[in-house]
Amino acid sequence: MRAPLADLPIVLDNVSLLARGVPIIDQVSLALVAGAPTVLIGPNGAGKTTLLRLAMGLVHPTRGSVTWGGRSEAPPTRRAIVFQRPVMLRRSTSGNLRYALDAAGVRRGARADRVDELLALVGLSGFGARAARSLSGGEQQRLALARALAKEPQVLFLDEPTANLDPAATKAVEDVIRTVAARGIKVVMSTHDLGEARRIASEILLMHRGSIVEAADAARFFAGPATPEARRFIAGELLV
Amino acid sequence: MPPDASAFQLVLSGDPALFAIVRLSLIVSLSAVLGAAVIGLPVGALIALTRFPGRQLTIVILNALMGLPPVVVGLLVYLALSRSGPLGSWGILFTPQAMIIAQTILIAPIIAALTRQTIEDLWVEYRDELAAMDVGAAGRVATLLWDARFSLVTALLAGFGRAAAEVGAVIIVGGNIDGFTRVMTTAIALETSKGDLPLALGLGMVLIAIVVIVNAAAWGVRRVGERIAG
Repeated sequence: MRAPLADLPIVLDNVSLLARGVPIIDQVSLALVAGAPTVLIGPNGAGKTTLLRLAMGLVHPTRGSVTWGGRSEAPPTRRAIVFQRPVMLRRSTSGNLRYALDAAGVRRGARADRVDELLALVGLSGFGARAARSLSGGEQQRLALARALAKEPQVLFLDEPTANLDPAATKAVEDVIRTVAARGIKVVMSTHDLGEARRIASEILLMHRGSIVEAADAARFFAGPATPEARRFIAGELLV
Repeated sequence: MPPDASAFQLVLSGDPALFAIVRLSLIVSLSAVLGAAVIGLPVGALIALTRFPGRQLTIVILNALMGLPPVVVGLLVYLALSRSGPLGSWGILFTPQAMIIAQTILIAPIIAALTRQTIEDLWVEYRDELAAMDVGAAGRVATLLWDARFSLVTALLAGFGRAAAEVGAVIIVGGNIDGFTRVMTTAIALETSKGDLPLALGLGMVLIAIVVIVNAAAWGVRRVGERIAG
C-alpha cells in the first residue's frame, strides 16, 4: 500500500480573504509544521476561525495561496477540524464514530475496535449507545474530537474547543488535546482564553483585524510580548 | 334503522365486499407512496443540495405541483394509457396499476417538495461537518436522507393522506369497476349517489380509521426512533 501523502507543512502565502470587499484575512503568511501545539489567540472577530478554515481547506483565499505538503489541491484526508459548536449526527455516540471511520475509509471489520479505542481516548467509554445529541456540551465536544481523530490526522484544527464549557468539562477536553499532541498530531487551536493558551500552547499567533500581529514561542510571548497589541491583550485590555 | 347504525354493523360484521374494497385501497395507496418515495426522496434531496440555473423556478414549480388537481392527473394518465395514447400498448387502463401510476404522479411532488425543505434545513447544519469529513456527493445525499428519516416520515404521511383521500384520478383511470378497481373513495362516491348510505358511511369510517392508525403508528415510530438516535 502506498503511504498517504503528508499534509504538513501547511503554508499560507500572502493570503487574503475578502467578504463583500471587506478583508476578513489580510495578507497572512504562515507555515504550520509538525511539532507542539500552535495556538491562535485574539479578540472575537480577529479572523481566527476563518484562518483555521483556510488552513483546513474549507474556504478558498481571495488572494494568495495555501498548500498542504507542497500541494495546492489536497483533499482533507490527513487533516481534521473540530468546530466551536460541533454538530452531532442524528445517530448514537458510536454511530457518529462509525460514520467518521467509514468516511475515512476504515474497513468495516476494524471499525468496532476503533470505536472502542476512540471512546476510551476521550473518556466516553460506556456512552456508545447514547444518542449523541443527548450528551452534555462537554461530552459532545469530546465526541467531536474522537470523530475528528477517526481519520488519524496529521494535523488537528480546534476552533475554540472549550468555549461555553464549565471548568470540569474544559479540563476533560484539554486533557484529550494534550494526549493527542503527545501522540505526534499537530494541534492548531484558536481560543480567546489566555489561561488556556498558556496551558496548551508551544507557539502563539496573535491575530488582530485579520492579520497576525505577533508570532512567537509561547514562553517568550507571555514573558515579553514584542508588540503593543500583544502587551495590551495580555494585560486584559480590549483590542478593538 | 338509521344509516349510521347500519354502517357500524357493516364494519363490525367484517363484510367481505367492504373489506375487499379496503384491501385494494391500501394496496393502491401504499404502492403509490412507495413509488413516489423512490422518485420524490432523491429528487428532493438533489434539488436541496445542488445549485443550478433555474433552481428557484424549479422549487416554485415543485411547490405548485403539490396542489395538482387529481382529475387533471387522472385525465393525463388516461390519455397516456388509452389505446391511442403513447402508452396504450401497455394495456393497463382501468386496472389497479393505472391507479397506482396516477396516484404516484399526484403525490411524488408532495414528497419531493417536503423532502427538499427538510434536507435543505439539515444541510445547513451538516455542511461543514460533512465537508471536513470529505464526504462525497452521493454520500451526502444518503447521509442526509438517513438522518432526516424521522422528519421525512411526515412527508410520506402527507403523500399517503393525499393518496388515500383522492377520488378524481382513480375514478378516471380505474373506472370504479366492482371487485377490480373499486376503492374506498370511489365506492363512497358511488354508494352515496345510489343512496346506499350505510355502505358509504361504513367505508368513510374505515377510511378515517386507517388514516388515524397509520399516522399514530408513524408518530410512535418517530418518537421511539428519535429517542434512540437523537
